[in-house]
Amino acid sequence: MSAASSTDLRPDLAVIAAHIEPGTRVLDVGCGDGALMAALLGKGCDVRGIEIDGALVETCVARGLSVVQGDADRDLVDYPDHGFDYAVLSQTLQTAERPDLMLSELVRAGRRAFVSFPNFAYWRMRWALLRHGRMPVTRHLPVSWYATQNIHHVTVHDFEALAQELGLTIERRWFFTDTRELRPGGANWRAEYAVFEVSARG
Amino acid sequence: MTETYRSSTLQAPLALDGGGVLTDVTVAYETYGALAPDRSNAILLCHALTGDQFVASAHPVTGKPGWWGRMVGPGRPIDTDRYHVVCANVIGSCMGSTGPASLAPDGAPYAMRFPVITIRDMVRGLVGLLDALGIERLHAVVGGSMGGMQALSLAANWPDRAARVLAIATTARHSAQNIAFHEVGRQAIMADPNWREGGYYAHDDKPGAGLAVARMAAHITYLSEDGLTEKFGRRLQDRAEKTFGFDADFQVESYLRYQGSGFTKRFDANSYLYITRAMDYFDLAEEHGGKLAEAFAGSQARFCLVSFDSDWLYPTAESRHVVHALNAAGAPVSFVELSAPFGHDSFLLDVPALDRVVKGFLE
Repeated sequence: MSAASSTDLRPDLAVIAAHIEPGTRVLDVGCGDGALMAALLGKGCDVRGIEIDGALVETCVARGLSVVQGDADRDLVDYPDHGFDYAVLSQTLQTAERPDLMLSELVRAGRRAFVSFPNFAYWRMRWALLRHGRMPVTRHLPVSWYATQNIHHVTVHDFEALAQELGLTIERRWFFTDTRELRPGGANWRAEYAVFEVSARG
Repeated sequence: MTETYRSSTLQAPLALDGGGVLTDVTVAYETYGALAPDRSNAILLCHALTGDQFVASAHPVTGKPGWWGRMVGPGRPIDTDRYHVVCANVIGSCMGSTGPASLAPDGAPYAMRFPVITIRDMVRGLVGLLDALGIERLHAVVGGSMGGMQALSLAANWPDRAARVLAIATTARHSAQNIAFHEVGRQAIMADPNWREGGYYAHDDKPGAGLAVARMAAHITYLSEDGLTEKFGRRLQDRAEKTFGFDADFQVESYLRYQGSGFTKRFDANSYLYITRAMDYFDLAEEHGGKLAEAFAGSQARFCLVSFDSDWLYPTAESRHVVHALNAAGAPVSFVELSAPFGHDSFLLDVPALDRVVKGFLE
């Protein structure tokens, strides 16, 4: 197994990996090729993954990772309450059938959740829409509107509003453009993507 | 069954789920690869309904290569240069382990006096063998189909005996459809006049016709419709025209007849009755208070389940059912549905993705 260090990870995953306590139990929902999982294993975490793409699951299992092929929209309900210290949903919220339900499931299965997503209110998006009147195709959202899996585009403000509506506490947040971390001011138009750490209140 | 196979006679009698006790139980087995000095590299391979211990060496009756030679051997995914592979014939079978064809203490074959056994009873026999071999903890237990049932049963009932559990194309319980197909096979055997209420061992005429029909019916369930269509379609067997008779006009008929008659040369009809019964009785949740998650509550093992998209005998939903239970029990589990055209038999055939998953999971 390649012991991917945090520096090899995509920036949102690197932030998540850096802020997950060593030795904790983690569920990575939509774990892809298992890059975050491998990094967390290196921190002594007990990590499980869910991934819908069979070829990626095969890659993960061949790396020795515990990954279940499944659809997070349907399968999260089968995980016990707070069976994990953290649940991670990276770049997947906007593909969910019902992001609100998925977020609720996330903070039920894990005591805390890390969620990263592309911010649709990023200024380049706004500009592309304003100038061309067409759905933007960008570095972070490279697929045309008719083929994209991103069926529920979301902005930083939308996410914050949803978290409030669901009674979630936003513990921490990080904002990025390309690989550069931004200060939080004006994040809704300046950030290309965001990472939130949330928990169920109370 | 006059051949002698490498075997171990268990010291303790086996107390069975059905209430009976089997004494002087023989478990025939083969091993491949060297056992490490610390005995940490053993893998127990569990065979399917009509399988046997000759997983990677020639079958002594048919001369055919081992049934999983593509998976087990030097440099193979289950690498015998690294692992000590143990594969035993299950009790109730007919390749050297105690079964209905074996002699009872009174010197006559058990025949139908053999007690009805369960999958867990088979695993009791396997655990007895591991004890005899001095293997306390397995690197892994691996099985497909009925072998997967044994792997799951071992994990549930002897949770300390295996560090890894790999169950392929299997289920935690036999469905009504599974039981139904098995009942067709059993009735075919019992309808054969040569079956003689199971007491055919002293007679020259064996219930081969019934056993062949049982095998033919079962064999269809191991394949997929697409696989059958691709392999045979409606093609005729060595003839240009239909004969307007009941000879094997179609290639698929000829193939099934060949499979059926070949099977009777290596398998005992009563063993077929007993083993299919054990599979039908299999319901891992039932053994554990009706909750499958309870079955795995004490397990420290890592699990991997694999299903095939064309397998309608033990479809993906059955593997998912086990995965959900393992998740509920908090066990580390991997699961993947692989795409392969061969139906249930995919686990025995050329599916490179399975090789990668098996190799990766065992490391």
